[in-house]
Amino acid sequence: MKNIPIEKIAAATPETVAQRIRGLSDRSIAWIFVAPTIFLLLAINIFPLIWTIWLSFTNSRVNRPNRDVEWVGLRNYERILSDSDIWNTMQATAHFLIWTIVLQVLIGFFLAFLINKKFRGNDLWTTIIVFPMMLSPAVVGNFWTFLYQPQIGLFNYVIAFFTGVDPASFSMIGDVNLAPWAIVIADTWMWTPFVMLICLAGLRSIPNSIYEAAECDRASKWRQFWTITIPMVLPFLMLAVLFRGIENFKMFDLVVQLTGGGPGNTTTLTSIDLKREAFEKWRTGYSSAYAVILFVTVFGLASIYVKALNKVKER
Amino acid sequence: MSFSITEPKKGTKWFAGVLVVGYALITIAPLLWIIATGFKSPTDSISYPPKVIFDPSLEGYVNLFTDRTRATDDMLEAKGEPQTWYEQIARDQGTIISGPSRYGERFLNSIIIGFGSTALCMVLGTAAAYAFSRFRVPLKDDLLFFILSTRMMPPIAVAIPIFLMFRNLGLNDTHLGMILLYTAVNLSLSVWLLKGFIDEIPVEYEEAALIDGYTRFQAFYKVVLPQAATGIASTAIFCLIFAWNEYAFAVLLTSGTAQTAPPFIPTIIGVGGKDWPAVAAGATIFLVPVMVFTILLRKHLLRGITFGAVRK
Repeated sequence: MKNIPIEKIAAATPETVAQRIRGLSDRSIAWIFVAPTIFLLLAINIFPLIWTIWLSFTNSRVNRPNRDVEWVGLRNYERILSDSDIWNTMQATAHFLIWTIVLQVLIGFFLAFLINKKFRGNDLWTTIIVFPMMLSPAVVGNFWTFLYQPQIGLFNYVIAFFTGVDPASFSMIGDVNLAPWAIVIADTWMWTPFVMLICLAGLRSIPNSIYEAAECDRASKWRQFWTITIPMVLPFLMLAVLFRGIENFKMFDLVVQLTGGGPGNTTTLTSIDLKREAFEKWRTGYSSAYAVILFVTVFGLASIYVKALNKVKER
Repeated sequence: MSFSITEPKKGTKWFAGVLVVGYALITIAPLLWIIATGFKSPTDSISYPPKVIFDPSLEGYVNLFTDRTRATDDMLEAKGEPQTWYEQIARDQGTIISGPSRYGERFLNSIIIGFGSTALCMVLGTAAAYAFSRFRVPLKDDLLFFILSTRMMPPIAVAIPIFLMFRNLGLNDTHLGMILLYTAVNLSLSVWLLKGFIDEIPVEYEEAALIDGYTRFQAFYKVVLPQAATGIASTAIFCLIFAWNEYAFAVLLTSGTAQTAPPFIPTIIGVGGKDWPAVAAGATIFLVPVMVFTILLRKHLLRGITFGAVRK
């Protein structure tokens, strides 16, 4: 009885009887259940996306509703791709993206490796380490400006305490050279636990028997680490990098509160730049083209990456 | 205790433990600093060197919830004795409370929008997840991927047309608009997570119920829903936390009536200069509930943050 699929049982019952006994058919229930979700996503995600694409070919400016909207073809795209400011923004984003991922992967993996040694109370400490990533990035960013204050800030005080530098002599968010690192540090503080949790799941998925077999073969701990641990955690690590990559490419709230894109344009990440174009300069057509380029970039990079990830998984 | 060659040595455990605890203390320090700053007086909060031991004061909390005006000594005397403890605290700073601040409203907005969108998201998400898990939906994989891909868009990129759309529909700066928006954003998470949870419930239970004469719908809410309760609850908390924390849409699409706390907290200023204890107090009230939820969620945390890709 157990092995007969429900569809077959349903099919064996005459249609009219089935209708009366079972109420709505499975097919109509499936549609009733899925339709509202799809409808809402179409209305609030896909329709706006199509609208963005349309706007990107026009010279629309939302703050001047009376002006005629003209079709300008690819002009917005040409202007964006030849604009040197945008390339500076891209560089700032790349700096942020690369360093946050490198630091978070190194620290996160190391922490997971240590937690996996199963010392007493590791659950409690893991939960404590996880706190930052669940908090509101905007509120956290706002508060980090306080920690980064010259002289009175806790961060400057601690650095001064250990290095002997005058705490009033440097400003993490006011200095052109330090600001890009200020956002990297805050983001790393916030998101390292994310990478750590995923790595921990990877480490815990490795069966003990593999290490036992390696131990019998007299493989050194060092060799076990590089030939068992790393390859088996790699798919997990790559998944963590994918999530962090997408999230940090979209990064807005934490950085906008922390530095506001300054000083100068040193921490103006793409999302912050886009927000200025769209909601401060009100260049709607231009910023729509900008948004489309960003979306295509994320989507393209993510798809290539997922293909690579699947290859690693298959091995 | 049984002996295992893969069990870490005692020394290794100690060493690992010390390093992890050290990291945990460093990582928690800024959070403890936020909470402590909320209980400092404005002078203590900006003293050098930073004060670890201080006289606790409720000034930050009073300043957070009230609007005050500076008053001269004559005006203070003319007002007579303060009626309540919080008026007393305001008087000590040389100010008179002129009314409640907007923090209360903003916090309430966060609650309304957070819970509203979570509830809607759970109803829609559970239904869709059940259908994807149990029925042959045409183009199932494509639809699921489409649902996930909506999450990859930078919020600012879709904010322009959403702003225009909401303006035309009169949804700008309304609770309903924000609830619908957050529901749409969270649907990807809830459908993917819930599908995972429902997939884990054996189909046999429903089949038994159907044979006993339940309709599909009855089987869904009398058999599947109770079993998926833990999964639904943890998914709901994830959606709630996201809506609670969201900033980009909130700052672009709301300005008054429906503004939530995250865009508001950074704008808190005192009488003359940034009032850090008040900001810290606002942040504390806002962040601590999330920490409590994190503790409740700890078993499903990994699953939630990876959209169900990694299950423990």
